[in-house]
Amino acid sequence: MKYFARKVGLLLFALFVAITINFFLPRMMPGDPASDLVDKMQGIPPEALESIKAAFGVNTEDSLIIQYGKYLVNLLKGDFGVSISRFPTPVSDVLKVAIPWSLGLMGLATIISFIIGTIIGISCAWNRNKPAATFTVGFFIFIRSFPYFWLGLLFIYLFAFKAPLFPIGGSYAPGIDRTGWTFVLSVIKHGFLPAATIIVSSMGAWILTMRNNMINVLAEDYITVALAKGLPMKRIKGLYAAKNALLPSITGFAMSLGFVVGGGLLTEMVFGYPGVGLMLFQAVQAKDYPLMQAIFLFISAAVLVANFIADVFILILDPRVRDGGK
Amino acid sequence: MLGDIFKLFFENKKAAIGFFILLFFIGIAILAPVLAPYDPKTNKIEQVEILETDRGRRKTVERETISEFEERRVYTQEETTTYEQYTKKFPLNAHPSKEHYFGTTQSGQDIFSQVLWGTRITLSVGIGTGLFTTFIALTLALLAGYFGGLVDDIISLFTNVFLVIPGLPLMIVIAAYITVKGVMPIVLILALTSWPWPTRLLRSQVVSLKNRDFVRVSKSLGEKPLYIIFNEMLPNMISLVMASFFQTTMAAIIGEATLEFLGLGNVSIVSWGTILYWAQNNGALLSGAWWWFLPPGIAIALIGTSFAMMNFAVDEISNPKLRKR
Repeated sequence: MKYFARKVGLLLFALFVAITINFFLPRMMPGDPASDLVDKMQGIPPEALESIKAAFGVNTEDSLIIQYGKYLVNLLKGDFGVSISRFPTPVSDVLKVAIPWSLGLMGLATIISFIIGTIIGISCAWNRNKPAATFTVGFFIFIRSFPYFWLGLLFIYLFAFKAPLFPIGGSYAPGIDRTGWTFVLSVIKHGFLPAATIIVSSMGAWILTMRNNMINVLAEDYITVALAKGLPMKRIKGLYAAKNALLPSITGFAMSLGFVVGGGLLTEMVFGYPGVGLMLFQAVQAKDYPLMQAIFLFISAAVLVANFIADVFILILDPRVRDGGK
Repeated sequence: MLGDIFKLFFENKKAAIGFFILLFFIGIAILAPVLAPYDPKTNKIEQVEILETDRGRRKTVERETISEFEERRVYTQEETTTYEQYTKKFPLNAHPSKEHYFGTTQSGQDIFSQVLWGTRITLSVGIGTGLFTTFIALTLALLAGYFGGLVDDIISLFTNVFLVIPGLPLMIVIAAYITVKGVMPIVLILALTSWPWPTRLLRSQVVSLKNRDFVRVSKSLGEKPLYIIFNEMLPNMISLVMASFFQTTMAAIIGEATLEFLGLGNVSIVSWGTILYWAQNNGALLSGAWWWFLPPGIAIALIGTSFAMMNFAVDEISNPKLRKR
């Protein structure tokens, strides 16, 4: 339990650090980006200007500590300010629309990728002296070296432009009724290519982790004993080796979530998929700092929560952690 | 000790292939001015047409770029020969051809030349960031691992915290605030967001080395910390330091391409990332200009594979279980 409490403490502290970075970043950057922005925005309504000035500490007489306190209080109230590019919509409303799309796309794609990758990894380790396994590992090392966004571009070119099997972007056909099976089908069709991009490019990581863990386990004495006893191969592979190799793989999964989410964000940007990633891209282009900050906080929080869930899994699966050994 | 590691490294087939690919690109980066047929930013060349008057009719003998022409001028000045100087514009959005191996962009720049020149910035930013990040990570790891106590607690805490804060969004947000666009900010951003992983990896190695007998003996003999670190510990960490360098460099190359693709770098320099940025912004995909975004992407993947293979090889060398038997 002590292990668990430490983990939770760490995640909460990480959230606090993310919030603090968010606060200090625009204030510490050379060239004072926020006042630069305020100077450029002559056309926007004065009340919006005021809220931006307050949020970014431009022309304020409050000390940094008081500004920081106000910022924290606002966050606690769930007030992220007003979006500049979509004035006067509050940032939280803008986020609410984007979040379900991202969660659906990235969540599903990541789970599928992890499961398929782990299965391939197991078989690559088990058959590691066969050419097919060597080829698979090599192939995925190569695929993993492509930038996420570039693989997305390639998929768009091949499967949406050259062979128009899938739509080029968006999350569902415009103008259709948002209920019923036509809508569901449209969502699946639009989500297929982005999901495929995430699955294909992240799968290599799971394959390699699982393969290496599994090879490590296969070198253990208890596997040799099991082989000597003449236990059926299937039993050794599944129950003796894979089961024990899975645990570090799940830890690895938790650790790489940040990368996976990053890749997902890029995929959304390339496909114009209306999730948090695309919104972040648009916010950056429009210099919509309040929206940008809120998105960064949300993504950080989401990754931390996912980490927490992975920790709970480890707690359930690993007897050493569960029984409080260390 | 060191020699053994390098020998093992180059005997490994994966390492040798990876290293060869890296050398290939380093060669391109150095020789870009010689290899590139055109200036990567221009969309035209000044040419000279050599004409000969043959029975009252003028006919073209040769076309040359100005520089070639200057060299040969002495020999071709005959009475019947005349010259015409003109500017030849490159075709826009052209397929790959003999004149332009990778085709041209929408404004007529030669993509082959761009990719060759782009190797310079991409490689130097990648390797520079890799070295810088590995240096930061190694320093932190040694401080934390060797001295332990409060120093270790603080460094480890921040390492673990930044490990769970997603790097890409942080990178994008920092880049968005930066008003000065250039190569140095990119290096700093990449280093700032990628140090935790190697730090954690190296720290655990330092901790395990600290408790080995030979280090303990050194300590009890009264050797100074710096001596122990440089003479006893570092030589035993070479493979992990190399692995960290390969990983961070690979991440930096992809990270740089990503930031530039999103338009967060300096879009007026020529690198693989900015080529992709211009391709995307000019709708290369939907006008079918595959030659515009394919070469830089494949180049990035090749370089990435090269570092991944060397990293894999180091893994195999230091972890004998992974080796084929």
